[in-house]
Amino acid sequence: MSLQTKAMQDDPTLNPATFWIMDGESMWTQKPSPQSPACSECHGQVNTNMKGVSATFPKSVKTRLLNLDGQINQCRTTQQQQPAWPLESKSLLSMSVLIANQSKGMPIVANQQPETQAALKAGEALFKQRMGHVNLSCAQCHDERYGMRLAGSTIPQAHPTAYPIYRLEWQTVGSLQRRLRNCMNAVRAQLFEPDAQEWLQLELYLMWRARGMLVESPGVRP
Amino acid sequence: MTRPLRTIVTAPPQAKRGQVITVRASAQHPMENGFRHNERGQRIERDILTDFICLYNGIEVFRAKLHTGIAANPLIEFNTLAVESGELSFEWRDSGGLSTIAKARIEVI
Amino acid sequence: MTIQRRDCLAWLSTIGLAPHSMAFASTDQAKQAIQILVGDQTIQTGRVILDIPPLIENGNSVVMTLRVESPMTEQDHVKSVHVLAEGNPLPHILSAYFTPRSGRAQVMSRVRLAENQRVWAIAQMSNGSFWQGYADTLVTTSACTEER
Repeated sequence: MSLQTKAMQDDPTLNPATFWIMDGESMWTQKPSPQSPACSECHGQVNTNMKGVSATFPKSVKTRLLNLDGQINQCRTTQQQQPAWPLESKSLLSMSVLIANQSKGMPIVANQQPETQAALKAGEALFKQRMGHVNLSCAQCHDERYGMRLAGSTIPQAHPTAYPIYRLEWQTVGSLQRRLRNCMNAVRAQLFEPDAQEWLQLELYLMWRARGMLVESPGVRP
Repeated sequence: MTRPLRTIVTAPPQAKRGQVITVRASAQHPMENGFRHNERGQRIERDILTDFICLYNGIEVFRAKLHTGIAANPLIEFNTLAVESGELSFEWRDSGGLSTIAKARIEVI
Repeated sequence: MTIQRRDCLAWLSTIGLAPHSMAFASTDQAKQAIQILVGDQTIQTGRVILDIPPLIENGNSVVMTLRVESPMTEQDHVKSVHVLAEGNPLPHILSAYFTPRSGRAQVMSRVRLAENQRVWAIAQMSNGSFWQGYADTLVTTSACTEER
């Protein structure tokens, strides 16, 4: 990304994702219904108790592999008795941006749970597998050709350090899964189903691959 | 837009009399330009912020008209002379006539 | 490249086969819009500095800074400045209205640019005169036309 895009990311008064943080902050203390607790009732203050949390996802929670969005919806359904938020909905993104922002500047933690190792291997296999009509794998661009140019843009290493991001292309905030969909569309591959394990396996591998790198969320990307 | 927009205002809380201060204001708005289509191929209706007005103790010191060529979540940065202590107000109006006003206090010494 | 495409579009329009996809503003449309602003006055070149990156990563959000040289006094200041694009679906982007209390005739915003193009800034001074400046830019990923 360009210097200007980086400047936009680093200054909260220039980063449009700040609005989503503000949305998340007001939701954090709101009871979704008179009988349901607000997030703050269980988790206290977001800026102390959510520090470092997003840097540990995806992980296995009660035998299920969950990313942050999945964990948020798990809380929504089991603790708040509310319907799960749809993927890419404003509510889910705002909450995800709020929580991910609390890990900003902290290193991504490689997941060590024995129960996720199979998923990690599956994610690595997906990353290295050729796909689509264009028949390219993630690795061919992002491991072997990062730094080179594709259609006028520099190919990045593709570390998910900044998600959720404000993508200039979308003109709004979106998740890692949305960005991966864009990539798969670009190689004309058939997308996994929205609730497929493949997304989580890839995210798990990508976060392992980025272990130790510092969280930038919420990022700005072209 | 049915509810007030989220806005961010960056203005110095304090300035010297006669100093030129820089003010930055942004609003959360998709600035739907009317050229995009939904999944069913139907055009998404235009819905943009059209006006930005800055008042300094009630007097207009800066105004802008925005068109479809302004990016989503619009940002405007401009200058004004710090003439007296008081209130800066920042109004955003949309194409339907709805208005959101943000305020900032400034102390001029 | 751009000139050939505009000629092609113009020819297709005359034989009634203009492409169904939205027609972009042409240089002519931008010039017409400028004409409406200025009337029959002459536009002097200078004093207006339009700063847009020469190569743009993504046209959906481009930082644009506009500065007009002026003492910004009651007697001599910039009243307004209008930004118009030659290659967007609609030419008008932004109009800024200054006052003697502005201190500096300067504005920064984020704009959308659809394709490689020239962007104009036309300023009107307190004495009624018009001044112009422009910036040329190359856009890698277009605004207004990509939908994903």
